[in-house]
Amino acid sequence: MEPNRDQQPSSGPSLWPIGFALGVACVLVGLIVGWPVVAVGGAIAIVAGALWVRDASSSHTVPIEVEPETRAARDAARARANAAAPEEVPVADESDRYPRSVFLEGATLGIGVLIGGVITVPVLGFMVAPAFVNQHPKSVDLGPIDAFPENQYTIATFLRNPTQGEVSRRTAFVRNNGVVDGKPSFTIISNRCAHLGCPVQPSGPIFEARKKVEKTALGQQVTIIPTQPAGFGCPCHGGQYDTEGNRTAGPPVRALDRYDFNIVNGRLVLLGGYSVAFVDGEGAAAQIHRYKLSDPGQHVDGIESLLYPFQPPR
Amino acid sequence: MATTQPKKQSSRLTQVANYPLDWLEERSGLVGGIKYFLFRKVPGDISWYHTLGSATLTAFLVQAITGVILAMYYKPDPDSAYESIQRITNDLTLGWLVRGMHRWGASVFIILMFFHMARVFLFGAYRYPRELNWIIGVLILATGMFEGFTGYLLPWDQTAYWASVVGININGTGPFVGPFLTSFLRSGSEIGPDTLSRFYALHMLAIPGALFALIGLHLYLVIRLGVAPNPWTQRGAGEERVEVPPRAGLTQPRPRGRVK
Repeated sequence: MEPNRDQQPSSGPSLWPIGFALGVACVLVGLIVGWPVVAVGGAIAIVAGALWVRDASSSHTVPIEVEPETRAARDAARARANAAAPEEVPVADESDRYPRSVFLEGATLGIGVLIGGVITVPVLGFMVAPAFVNQHPKSVDLGPIDAFPENQYTIATFLRNPTQGEVSRRTAFVRNNGVVDGKPSFTIISNRCAHLGCPVQPSGPIFEARKKVEKTALGQQVTIIPTQPAGFGCPCHGGQYDTEGNRTAGPPVRALDRYDFNIVNGRLVLLGGYSVAFVDGEGAAAQIHRYKLSDPGQHVDGIESLLYPFQPPR
Repeated sequence: MATTQPKKQSSRLTQVANYPLDWLEERSGLVGGIKYFLFRKVPGDISWYHTLGSATLTAFLVQAITGVILAMYYKPDPDSAYESIQRITNDLTLGWLVRGMHRWGASVFIILMFFHMARVFLFGAYRYPRELNWIIGVLILATGMFEGFTGYLLPWDQTAYWASVVGININGTGPFVGPFLTSFLRSGSEIGPDTLSRFYALHMLAIPGALFALIGLHLYLVIRLGVAPNPWTQRGAGEERVEVPPRAGLTQPRPRGRVK
């Protein structure tokens, strides 16, 4: 049986559903960003939802406009009736203005959407959210400062995240710049090419014979191999860098990324990384133009950096 | 009497043979549906070029079947993925064959999609009323490429790893959404064990599901709208085949000299 569509009410347009949706979206964003945002979103959703309900329930009591082509005859009859007895007609029409079939149709669809949303939203959230939360880098013990000869680059490989195992093994080029103003100075350059992320190699001899293995924690070790590079080069697409990580040739869009570090009890500890547009000067005196860590291929300065205004939290 | 007896017997024999089909047809209408799908009318002058679509479909089905079987032996874990591929290739009976079919079939699938696309383009078969099917076809192409991208990481050797690093970072250069795309694909800010299992899940569950749905839509529209006639056809729709002398033009050598 077709529901009787002639009686379908056309309630006036209301903006509150949009406010309600914005509130729900705010709650979902808040689940990732933080609890205050959840509270704000919840408040918006409750207020907009209440106003929506009030709007929807009040709209059925006011007389509604009807499409003239389907009900021209009835309108004419109503107009005549209104002219005769204005009070009687709305009461007579009240019962069939919102028929049961239309209500059930809407309720079925609405409950279906609600159940679908309740199931889908958390599941999709589980697909997406873990990639964006708790991405803070762990600090890595690279061994005693003495393991790094002064004014020489070494290739240090280490586990960035020991719980993940060998898949998290990363490489950095570490140079001990000696002690400056009573503080040890290090240059720690990531081997991740700023073009598309291939591993850059030192352009120069690698002294395998002087390789050292430092035990840093239970089952973890850092290998340190001295090298004498004239620069760094990427095997994938030929990006070239100087010893400070500045791009000298090829497709990279910026200098090589660097790592922050700390000295704890005479040991070199690797912290989070950051991106570098370019470096003026050398060694301990270098002026590093540093930016938030970005993925390879993304500009951090200049007009092209406007293409990447937002970075996921890490 | 003697003449009617064998005829009656044979008709009873066909009845017995047809009984299961009739049983099925009466309850589901499936036999009629399959007949409608297989024996629909096509233009009289279609050629081998029109088989490229079903060739692509066959390549996809080969990928689906070999992929399911490979998944019975493959282990999507950074510590054992490479070894499990080596075991499939070198130790397991016929593993080299099925992996080879899947590995080379992937290229066949993509190449056939492009050939099919070229045929549709050059024959003008994308025009009204088939524009929507062209759009769905482009979506199938993009989904198929994504399938290739996610599948390439799974052997977990140096080529696979670094090609995927580069591929993920190419996604990262996309304006505005790039940095978020990379984090989504890597399942974090660095490549880790979740990257491999994420690519595996996308490669063998999510994208094939989308491909099956899109191919179903594509076929539905092919059946609903029919096969497009050749652009040079002289024959009206539904006309019976009439032998006509070959026409000079695209497929026949043009007669030398001026023809009056």
